[in-house]
This record gives sequence, structure tokens and C-alpha cells, in this order.
Amino acid sequence: MAVVTFIETHNGKASKASLELLSYGRSMAAATSASLVAVIFSDSDTQELKDHGADVIYTVDTASDSYFNLERYSTTLAEISALEKATLVVVSSSSEGRYLGPSLAVKTEATYLSNAVALPTAYNPFTVKQSCFTNKGFAISESLSSSTVLSLSSNSFGIHPQPGRGEVKTHPYASTQSKLEVTKVEHAQESISIADADIVVSGGRGLKGPEHWHLIEDLASTLGAATACSKPVSDLGWRPHSEHVGQTGKPVASNLYIAIGISGAIQHLAGINASKVKVVINNDPEAPFFKAADYGIVGDAFEVVPVLIEKLKALKKA
Amino acid sequence: MKILVCISCVPDTTTKINFTADQKAFETQGVQYIINPNDEFGLTRAIRLQQSHGAHVTVVTVGDVSCEPILRKCLAIGADAALRIDTQPQDGYFVSKQLEALCQKQSFDLILTGRESIDYNGGMVGGMLATLLNLPFVTHCVGLEINGDEAIMQREIDGGKEHTKANLPVVLGAQKGLVEEKDLIIPNMRGIMQARQKPLTVEAPVALDPRSQIEHYEKPEARGPVTLFDLSDVDGLLNALQNQAKVL
Repeated sequence: MAVVTFIETHNGKASKASLELLSYGRSMAAATSASLVAVIFSDSDTQELKDHGADVIYTVDTASDSYFNLERYSTTLAEISALEKATLVVVSSSSEGRYLGPSLAVKTEATYLSNAVALPTAYNPFTVKQSCFTNKGFAISESLSSSTVLSLSSNSFGIHPQPGRGEVKTHPYASTQSKLEVTKVEHAQESISIADADIVVSGGRGLKGPEHWHLIEDLASTLGAATACSKPVSDLGWRPHSEHVGQTGKPVASNLYIAIGISGAIQHLAGINASKVKVVINNDPEAPFFKAADYGIVGDAFEVVPVLIEKLKALKKA
Repeated sequence: MKILVCISCVPDTTTKINFTADQKAFETQGVQYIINPNDEFGLTRAIRLQQSHGAHVTVVTVGDVSCEPILRKCLAIGADAALRIDTQPQDGYFVSKQLEALCQKQSFDLILTGRESIDYNGGMVGGMLATLLNLPFVTHCVGLEINGDEAIMQREIDGGKEHTKANLPVVLGAQKGLVEEKDLIIPNMRGIMQARQKPLTVEAPVALDPRSQIEHYEKPEARGPVTLFDLSDVDGLLNALQNQAKVL
């Protein structure tokens, strides 16, 4: 019996979401007397994976393939899952994780359950709470198959390091002929992606124009945060689509979400609801966002934000 | 070129989500249904290919008769034909298998799904369907050009964009960016009139058990009231974030 986790790495280090997967997987492995298996598709720090709970670490050498390859990755993971008699495979909610999950479930004849937000409430049948209706509700779902592929909502469980056995093995990369060719990968200029960020600073129409975005960017860089925007802002072309967060944009599940000049339409709130702490700065005391926020300042962004940046800088120096 | 656009009927984006008293079902009373927004981006891209490449566009949904107004809307937007697979969608796998059966009966060069539905957010139908049909798949698709037999696509990834190509047929998971929001097609009177004459066919489902079931639903916990700070008290806010919420 095994719980298998798909570990994603950046520059030889496991991603934050992957370490969270290991913590989540560790708890499930303990509850079912299974071993926790980590699978990595790159040269990576296996000690880190051991420290975070991996009992068995499979390294897969993708040599010729420098990009994520859906068919070959899913086939490789299916092989390892069969080898380890996995009843559970867990992937993160990253773009790769959620790309991989459904395909892997078909290949392993498993049930796929997306967006798990907590540990399972039962293992027979496997029962877990999933977020649905874009965080406006939860479904408590049962798997009707003997094995399940699960995607974990990011930042829903946290990282709780607990060492595993850390036995390192290798597994060959599936030789499946890929029908899809990756020609190029572009990385955006911004250093922190919305998916990875602990803090997200988001701007809305209240900023009056793209020429004022330095306020958002300065605040974000002071905080080491990612920048985001509301739907009208991306529709108006002030900011790229990739920054749009909300129901039809990217989901946000950061520790801290700071909304500046965003009124808080229900579609926006749905998309950012998984964030732990929400701060709103808006000059309209009636803005619906104040009903969904933890902290707020009623005031003009052009007055508040510069003060906030200044105070934060002072705080950092102290 | 034959295009299939898979449509999910979902509650309008402004819907307040409620569940029945026994928490066993989504409360549909008073809920307005719309074309799943991600699917609508795919549909619009398909209509543009109909205009530029003479493609034939079929829309399909898995659902009961209550979904038909949504299919008529797709026809009014410009789809050539609509299909309804007459069964309640049970889970993403169940829907994928229904679509797989359809795609094996009729062949399509391009199959568009949405990256996810805004109700169950599973994001699974495209990937499962592609795997069942053994076709290439690109989700979070923000770019598509057709060049002869080849599809040139872009996938939005965390912090960037991936460029890919594959020979048709391909399966895509559409989202905003595949077409711009302002370019979504709003049906005009002519389109609505024409839609009445277009075929809407009802297909029998394949018999199949789902792989998951929802035991019950829960609503998010009600949150406490917001703590407001005065414009002159930015320190108060920072103090709360540092010492109370512990997020700084």
C-alpha cells in the first residue's frame, strides 16, 4: 500500500505546494499504514523530500525532455503507482498538477477528486471535502473505486515537516511517443507567480488607470508579494489577463490578500475566498468587499498606499 | 473541419450558492443558468474558425431537457448543430465517457471543452476525454491557430506561457484569453431566429456507473465582521497583520 505524490521542482528545490503535498500525504499514509512515495522528474534535493516525509523517493531522468510532458509524465506515474500498489495519488493544484490528474486517473482506472481542502474523513469508502462552486460551497465526496487520484487545494493543509525513510530509487521515463510538441516556454517578468505567493497585492478600477500601477508594484515588492488585478482592469487592458484573479481568472489561496480599489463583486470574491486573511482599501464604505474582508481601511488608495509602503519599509528595517 | 464544443450549463456567476435543507443537493430554485464561461470562450473561438476556415461547429451537453435553452443560445451564437445526451451528469468521468462514445460515433478534428466548469471546478472532462480517445490535450488554452492539419496552441502556466503544436485532432480546455472577453458573441435577433431552424438532436446515453458521488454539501463558515482602521491608523493595521493575523 502506498500514497504516491507528484513532486514539482524549481531549480532543484521542491515547490511549496509539493512540500504541502508531502505533509498531507504523510498524514494519509500514517492513517492507512501505507508508505509515502514521492516521484520527481528532475535532479533534486532528495534530503528535503525525506525531511518532509517521503519514505520512498523515485527519481525519473527525463534527459531529452526539458518541459513537462503530459503523456510521458502520466504514464510514468501510472507505472510507479502500479508498482507500489498505490491506493492514493496526490497532485497539487498547480497548472501541471491539475493538467496531470484527470489523465492519470483514466490511465490507472482511479476516481479523480479535485480541490481537496482537508484530510479525508474516511478511507473506506475514501471520503474527502472538496471546494466547489468556486469556493462558495463544499462537497463531501466519496470515491467509488479502489484507488483515487486527488488534487489538493494549495495552502489548505500547510507544511508540517516530519521525516520519512527516504529510500531513493530510480524509475525509467516512459518512452511513450508524445503527440504534443512543446516548442517554447515563456516566463513572465514578474518574479513571483500568483500560485506560489504568500502575499498577493491586487488592484482594481479604483486606481483610475494603468499609469498608477506603480503603487501596486511598489507595495508588492516591499512585501515580496505577487501582483494581481480585478476583471475590469484586465478587460480594459490596463493589466495582462494572466494577472486577472476571480471566478473566470486565476484562483488565489495566499496567506494574505490585499485588495486596493476593488469593490468586491461576487465573482471576484469567489476567486480569492481561499485566501486566509483579506485586507481591503477602498474609499467607498459601502463596497461589498468590506463584508468579506478581515481588515480594512476606508480611504483613498492614493493616500493610503504610499503611507503603507513607507511604514512597511520602516518595519522591515527595524 | 468538424469542431465539437462541449458545453456545461452552470449557475450564473452572480448566483448565491445554497443547498437544500438536508444538504444533499444544490438548491436550484430561482437559479439562472448560463453557458459555462470557459466553454463560451471555446465556442466563440470555434465560431471564428467556422468563419475563417468554413468549419462545422456542433455543440453538445450532457443533461436533461432543462439544458435546451442553453443549447439554443449556442445555436443563436452561431453553432451549426446541437446535441443533447439525455442523462443527468453524475461526475466528470461519467460525462467524459458519454462524450467519448459520441466522439467514436462521429469524428471531430477539434474538441473544445472549458478548462473547468464554474460549478464543480473539477477541470477533468477535457483531460479524461483526451486520454480516453488517446488524443493530445492542452488545457488552460489561451491561444489556438489552425494551420492545415496542425494546431498551434498556447497554455497558460504558473508564471508564464507554454507554446505547443500537434496534429489534429486535438482536445482543448478553453479559458479567457483564447478570445478576448469583448469579442464574445452576443446573439442577435437574426441568430435567434435562425437557431429555431437548426437541428437539436437528443442522443441516448451509454449505461455507466459514476466513479464518485457527493455524500452531502456544506457552506463556508460565516466570517466575523471586518475590523476597520482609520486612514491615520495604518500602524494599527500593520500591528494587527503582524501580531493578530501573523501574516507579515
